[in-house]
Amino acid sequence: MTKNILIAGFGGQGVLFTGKFLAYAALLEDRQLSWLPSYGPEMRGGTCNCSVIISDEPVGSPIVTEPDILIAMNRPSLDKFEKAVVPGGEIYIDSSLVDRKPERTDVKVYSLPATALSTEKGFDGIANMILLGAVIEKSGVIDKSSIPAAMSKVVSAKHKDLYDYNIKAIELGCESI
Amino acid sequence: MSEKVLMKGNEAIAEAAISCGCRHYFGYPITPQTEIAAYMAKRMPKIGGTFLQAESEIAAVNMVIGAASAGVRVMTSSSSPGVSLKSEGISYMAGCDLPALIVNVQRGGPGLGGIQPSQSDYFQATRGGGHGDYHLLVLAPASVQEMAAMTVRAFDLADKYRMPCMLLADGTMGQMMEPVELGESTGGTVDKPWALTGTGMKRPHNIINSLSLTPDELERWNVDRYERYAKIERDEPMYEEYLCDDAEIVVVGFGIAARVAKNAVNAARAEGIKAGMFRPITLWPFPKKAMFERAKTAGAFISVELSMGQMIEDIELAIRCTRPVTLCSRVGGMIPSPAEVKKSIEDAHEKLEGRN
Repeated sequence: MTKNILIAGFGGQGVLFTGKFLAYAALLEDRQLSWLPSYGPEMRGGTCNCSVIISDEPVGSPIVTEPDILIAMNRPSLDKFEKAVVPGGEIYIDSSLVDRKPERTDVKVYSLPATALSTEKGFDGIANMILLGAVIEKSGVIDKSSIPAAMSKVVSAKHKDLYDYNIKAIELGCESI
Repeated sequence: MSEKVLMKGNEAIAEAAISCGCRHYFGYPITPQTEIAAYMAKRMPKIGGTFLQAESEIAAVNMVIGAASAGVRVMTSSSSPGVSLKSEGISYMAGCDLPALIVNVQRGGPGLGGIQPSQSDYFQATRGGGHGDYHLLVLAPASVQEMAAMTVRAFDLADKYRMPCMLLADGTMGQMMEPVELGESTGGTVDKPWALTGTGMKRPHNIINSLSLTPDELERWNVDRYERYAKIERDEPMYEEYLCDDAEIVVVGFGIAARVAKNAVNAARAEGIKAGMFRPITLWPFPKKAMFERAKTAGAFISVELSMGQMIEDIELAIRCTRPVTLCSRVGGMIPSPAEVKKSIEDAHEKLEGRN
């Protein structure tokens, strides 16, 4: 099985970090994977996206042009990539920042007001991890049991507080969707 | 075996260089390869190595000449416009028969171009790039694992043949992360009796120089060098074939283009078209002999490149124009999609059918 995942949003929302977390989880599950960032002159506030492929076969092209899973963290990302999602694919939306519903009827759509939840529940700045929780819960793209080990790969041991903070945000996403 | 880690291609190059004994890095930052310099800046001081950010690419490549002359493993890295600046120094290195590694993580050109991936420095890399009769040994990795492995191989080949080697990658290869298993440290202890290490009053002076004002001497230097090149062309070509044995259409691509081509070949196979992929791993020496042999069974070739069509000339030369070769390419930082490559395969297939 191969899952082509495209994560898109503004720079600063944690698009690349979200992808990195999925990549590490796949690595720990001993699966094949690739992680490719957009590396234009983006900066905080600019558009940013990241291709992650998780597969049981060696990965061919690392560029995701037809995602099975689209994680749209803002409106421009949904506008740009909605059409590219494969029929039967999944779109995850931060509905706090995306003020429209997808037009596609042949895909599964999961909306979560991740940004509003992050402010409300004390997870400022990590709405991405809440939305990721929803992705893990619904898509099963990585196993829930991989979450703690994958988190310890992306958050350094020096920051135990950040580790817990991120894990709890993922759990909130899992429960809220 | 060591543990698999996730690394960017650029970081894998840097770590692999260190693992095989490179302790000297001279460079100047440029997107999309700056992670190499950043990694070296962090690691070299901790292991007694030298990281130096020069005032320009030209200064950096001349520092490489100095370190290589002293017999140490040394490298520099840059991206397209920076490699053009280094070309004078690279020609001098070839003229002095100095081993070193030059990494080019290509971006779109010409001129300042863009910062997105490209393969349009193929001619520059495989034809020398600078002035004079010379070649670089050019390796083209297609995964992060290969970025590491080819770095080590490039250093070994450079030392073996006393010549500069180039790792030709592109922005995608440099920026992407994949699992990589780094080999054991090899140390890179090659005996270099020609190096400038001080005579200790015990041996005659070694001289490293590319200047000769005596034409018959300079001719001899060139001829000797080309005898070495002939040996390399015979012994060192590397390539990978994927589903080529019964293939009617053979797609040729290196680096990122090969990754895309593989998807397209699988998609074409799923529709019953007998397609295969031929991936040159050494671009110079180009795997001419293997490709000529392949032309005996394949009906048509497609060159997939991120250029306006550069490698296609080597394919035509290698197969001596015995089969049609078409081009499937995007440029300027664009990358052909698997669907575009598949369309080229279908077109080539249709033409073949029509002829039969």
